[in-house]
Amino acid sequence: MNDQKSESEISEDSSSPLGSGMTKQEYWKKNITCVLSLLVVWFVVSYGCGILFVEQMNKISIGGAQFGFWMAQQGSIYVFVVLIFVYVRLMNRLDREFTSTCQNEEKVQTEGEDQS
Amino acid sequence: MEVKYWTYLIVGFTFAVYIGIAIWSKAKSTKEFYVAGGNISPIANGMATAADWMSAASFISMAGLIAFSGYGGSVFLMGWTGGYVLLAFLVAPYLRKYGKFTVPEFIGERFYSKTARLVAVICLIVVSVTYVIGQMKGVGVAFSRFLETDYNTGLFIGMGIVFFYAVLGGMKGITYTQIAQYVVLIFAYTVPAIFISLELTGNPIPQLGLIGNVSDGTPLLQKLDTVITELGFGKYTNNVMGSKLNMFAYTLSLMIGTAGLPHVIIRFFTVKKVSDARLSAGWALIFIAILYTTAPAVAAMARLKFTKTIQVDKVGEVSGNIKYEKRPEWFKNWEKTGLLQHEDKNGDGRIQYYNDADKSFASVASEYGWKGNEMTKIDKDIMVLANPEIAKLPGWVVALVVAGGLAAALSTAAGLLLAISSSISHDLLKGIFRPQITEKQELNASRISMVGAILLAGYFGLNPPDFAAGTVAIAFGLAASSIFPVLMMGIFVKRMNREGAIAGMIAGLGVTLLYVFQHKGIMFIPGTSYMGGMEENWFFGITPNAFGAVGAIVNFAVAFIVSKMAKDPPEEVQKLVEDIRLPQINEN
Repeated sequence: MNDQKSESEISEDSSSPLGSGMTKQEYWKKNITCVLSLLVVWFVVSYGCGILFVEQMNKISIGGAQFGFWMAQQGSIYVFVVLIFVYVRLMNRLDREFTSTCQNEEKVQTEGEDQS
Repeated sequence: MEVKYWTYLIVGFTFAVYIGIAIWSKAKSTKEFYVAGGNISPIANGMATAADWMSAASFISMAGLIAFSGYGGSVFLMGWTGGYVLLAFLVAPYLRKYGKFTVPEFIGERFYSKTARLVAVICLIVVSVTYVIGQMKGVGVAFSRFLETDYNTGLFIGMGIVFFYAVLGGMKGITYTQIAQYVVLIFAYTVPAIFISLELTGNPIPQLGLIGNVSDGTPLLQKLDTVITELGFGKYTNNVMGSKLNMFAYTLSLMIGTAGLPHVIIRFFTVKKVSDARLSAGWALIFIAILYTTAPAVAAMARLKFTKTIQVDKVGEVSGNIKYEKRPEWFKNWEKTGLLQHEDKNGDGRIQYYNDADKSFASVASEYGWKGNEMTKIDKDIMVLANPEIAKLPGWVVALVVAGGLAAALSTAAGLLLAISSSISHDLLKGIFRPQITEKQELNASRISMVGAILLAGYFGLNPPDFAAGTVAIAFGLAASSIFPVLMMGIFVKRMNREGAIAGMIAGLGVTLLYVFQHKGIMFIPGTSYMGGMEENWFFGITPNAFGAVGAIVNFAVAFIVSKMAKDPPEEVQKLVEDIRLPQINEN
């Protein structure tokens, strides 16, 4: 998800069961961090803007609608869609890091070329 | 051409397509029957999931509910879409990685217990049967109004169609039919919405029409607020449903219920790999969002049009109310079904529609010479179906909406019936009672149990407990309180053991059922509610429909306490948990 460097550093001395650059625990931790941070957004746009602080939000207007009302009936849904696609991208990248380090480890001996 | 013939034509055509697909996609193996062979593309699966998901409640009831509850109705919009975020983040990828056929199968293996599997099957059946009742009512209503058959005949025709393609094709047939049904239903939903938005706000996109202005330059929503507050109703844009706490609990209940609905989860077993499961959830939500962002626009516009049909001019002046004999054609048609009723309380030959429950408005109303709200019944379920007629749209649009409503109800019913039958044949029979049966026998068993499930659904369709969306909300409460927590603990809490899981499921489901039955009647039989549907008796003002969130909390709490008192799960189960958390290594 974040910088590749610290990634490869770890792989130097890693002796995880899979022999990968990223251990299972690290993968899982990153997965949880990713999900939790996206869930914060999920909570804020729906429960936050749409229910708990709807009066405050209603002071702002968007077109001919009050913002809080609009978030509850429109905005939150758009954000939900975006959230899932962001999640898909982040997780695909994380999966690639995880699996490619597994495969790289095997190819290290043969000094094979880079693979994606 | 008359509406009736258009309806026969369009509904007949769509039914022919569904049956054609069923014959073309007959399932030959259990894998095809349960998970459509496991190689559906993410977009196709997203579309099928959307149709599976959007039921008669979404299509027929939701906009009507929002129309009459305004802001409070947002719980349905946020709840039924926000749940997909949870589904994509917390459930779908892991269960796809697990890679088998049913949800109870996962629960049984994860909690190394046939009892857990059995309890999960019971939860699944309770949830799915409750949910399917709502669909059957939707089918009955659509048929009875537009094909001018009676409600029961409509129900039997609907059952027959589902029977044909679900029993024959299993998940494979259902998937391809659902894709066709999605196309029909989304077209049917958006076309009238575009016409109405164009007419009221000049903007063809309903989502923009909602925040646009009506012809006199005031914003649509502001206009609506003015029109209905003059009649003593609460403001559309800030009318809270119950209390904020209730809205919070209701939304949460629908969201986690969504993520725990077995018939939706099994749809993610049909894609090839874990990353496809995630992507598929995203596509599903896009397809769902098209309808869900249109619905609030339809709701606000329908409410305005409906009110203006009756209150044609200035409030308080005699000529402001429409004469009963001058009521429009659609009004008469719906009166025939009994879903719309008028009683001339002050005998002036005109219709008064206002909020007579509001005490402060009563004196104003009596000044006008009004003696109570004369619209004695407005069934909210009719709003979407009546909408094209209210907007005077051509006959084929009306017919299209009927076909769309039927597509929505049938696609969901089929998905639910598959979930029920696979849990009976795969979990109960093959998994627990008769492990030695062959694949062919299992396939037959699942077809037979599908027939049984259809008959049961039909029976409840004849005696429906509540209006469609309400019924579905109860199903969500049950999924939220039983299945969702146990899945979460199975995936995210490695040390959760079978004792905790079983106790949690029983406690969560028990508490929720108790609460629902005590307010809505035992098994929904009227007159058996032991504490009444009375608001004073509600726990912290939380409605029975919103109680699933509380049930889920009870489930988690009980599970954690009980699990502390029992042994940790065995080594191989902990390995299984670790395994489902990781991506497939050789995915691409």
